[in-house]
Amino acid sequence: MIDIIRSEWTKLRSVRSTMWTLGTAALLMLAIGALMSIAVKNSHEGPVPPSGVAEVSLMGVNFAALAVAALGALVVTSEYRTGAIRVSYMAVPRRLLLLAGKLVVFAAVALAVCMAAAFAAFLVGRTILGGASLGDPGVLRAVTGTGLYLTACGLFGLALGALVRHTPGAVVAAIGLILVLPQLTVMLPGQWGRTVNDWFTSNAGRQVAFPSEASSLGPWSGFAVYLGWIAVTLAAACVLTARRDA
Amino acid sequence: MTAIRATNLTKRYGRTVAVADLSFDVEPGRVTGFLGPNGAGKSTTMRMILGLDRPTGGSVLVDGVPYRDLRHPLRKVGALLDAKAVHGGRSARDHLLAIAQSNAIPAGRVMEVLETVGLREVARKRIGGFSLGMSQRLGIAAALLGDPEIVIFDEPVNGLDPDGILWIRTFMRDLAAEGRAVFVSSHLMSEMAQTADHLVVIGKGRLIADTSVAEFIGRSSQAYVRVRSPRLAEVAELVKVGRLHPDHLRVTAMTPLEIGALTARAGLPLEELTLVQPSLEAAYMELTKDSLEYSS
Repeated sequence: MIDIIRSEWTKLRSVRSTMWTLGTAALLMLAIGALMSIAVKNSHEGPVPPSGVAEVSLMGVNFAALAVAALGALVVTSEYRTGAIRVSYMAVPRRLLLLAGKLVVFAAVALAVCMAAAFAAFLVGRTILGGASLGDPGVLRAVTGTGLYLTACGLFGLALGALVRHTPGAVVAAIGLILVLPQLTVMLPGQWGRTVNDWFTSNAGRQVAFPSEASSLGPWSGFAVYLGWIAVTLAAACVLTARRDA
Repeated sequence: MTAIRATNLTKRYGRTVAVADLSFDVEPGRVTGFLGPNGAGKSTTMRMILGLDRPTGGSVLVDGVPYRDLRHPLRKVGALLDAKAVHGGRSARDHLLAIAQSNAIPAGRVMEVLETVGLREVARKRIGGFSLGMSQRLGIAAALLGDPEIVIFDEPVNGLDPDGILWIRTFMRDLAAEGRAVFVSSHLMSEMAQTADHLVVIGKGRLIADTSVAEFIGRSSQAYVRVRSPRLAEVAELVKVGRLHPDHLRVTAMTPLEIGALTARAGLPLEELTLVQPSLEAAYMELTKDSLEYSS
């Protein structure tokens, strides 16, 4: 397994799209956080509460989530697009081990970059708005939660990539499931509709960073639900990966 | 030990049969040519050997085990299927390094195989900018990384210039001379005649011939004498051993001189008396003409 991880790390670091996409994600986090902080500072009367500082400075999370999800998808789909997946499967015929290797390497890299970006965005926002520290209630969880949520979005993208095997298809699926559909489920009627909305992908996942009082899920139970979505997608991808012709 | 053994190998895609009941062996120490027209099922067979496609029926073993059960398969089998199936953004060196690492092959092998195929100078260049010939060489370098006993090449000379073709041909002969099993596909008989020791010929997914090249040539390029005459029926009766066609007689057991002497004595006029020696290419065309997927 360590051989496969080493190999996947070489693959990830030796392609420019990796650095571009991760760089874009980090930049979006910082730039949007900074812009929002400046906007709030100019419009807001009096000091902003610490939890508000965290929320404003981390506002880039939705856009960054898409960049990370796209990279996750590309980790798998770029090999299918070029046909290089056959070379990979010839080297590692136990396909689930290969997928596991990709997942471990990508998760580690994404976690490191997303955590760093979340902390940096918060520090920039705090510098602009002032009056908040990581020690204030809920702030540390909001910042680390953003890093975790972004990483999870990347894993969702990777699972969708393994399932769809096609870059545009996987990216569209990721946008739909992470950004578009979670906004639409709000409109579902009744108690049942509210539960679906609370449990729907990123609505649940974002709880860890920005818990909503209205949700029936707490920060960590919400994140667990999001991981559940990813696990189910991944399980389906594993079944198909083992069965399909490459 | 037989390097590759296919037993009743079958692959169906829905109702289309790509490979049907195919059995053959690939032995070490020689080049086995895998010959057939385009669409005959050569690539599908190779993908099944390499565990990429799952056979619908039958089995194929590599050194006695299914490919998917090999722990470090690249140390046993090296294959080049499609030279352009690589990520163009990577350097040649990183591309090979990732492959080597996955099979615990020392990183030092990367520069060795690049040297072998003559790509050492471009090791750090992005492979997206490689010509087809360079990509082909890179693919061969990847196949050699694990110093494998078995090498598989799918149409390696496609799109190469004469220099490249000669290089690959010599290279495959050398690999076989070192005792490796070399299994190489082509749709060109002339190419295989110059490279292979043994031939596995398929058409429409079915085995047509499994024979040594010498035997194949001997069997298929049997010369015959074509005889035409205004009184063909009488000539046929006289010669006895010929096979009568609508406008000519085909004789394989006699020389033109013998036939000429015989007909001269009987006073029969001849229009044509020709020794016909079919080319290897023609023999192959004859063998596979029924199995062409698209006939023009």
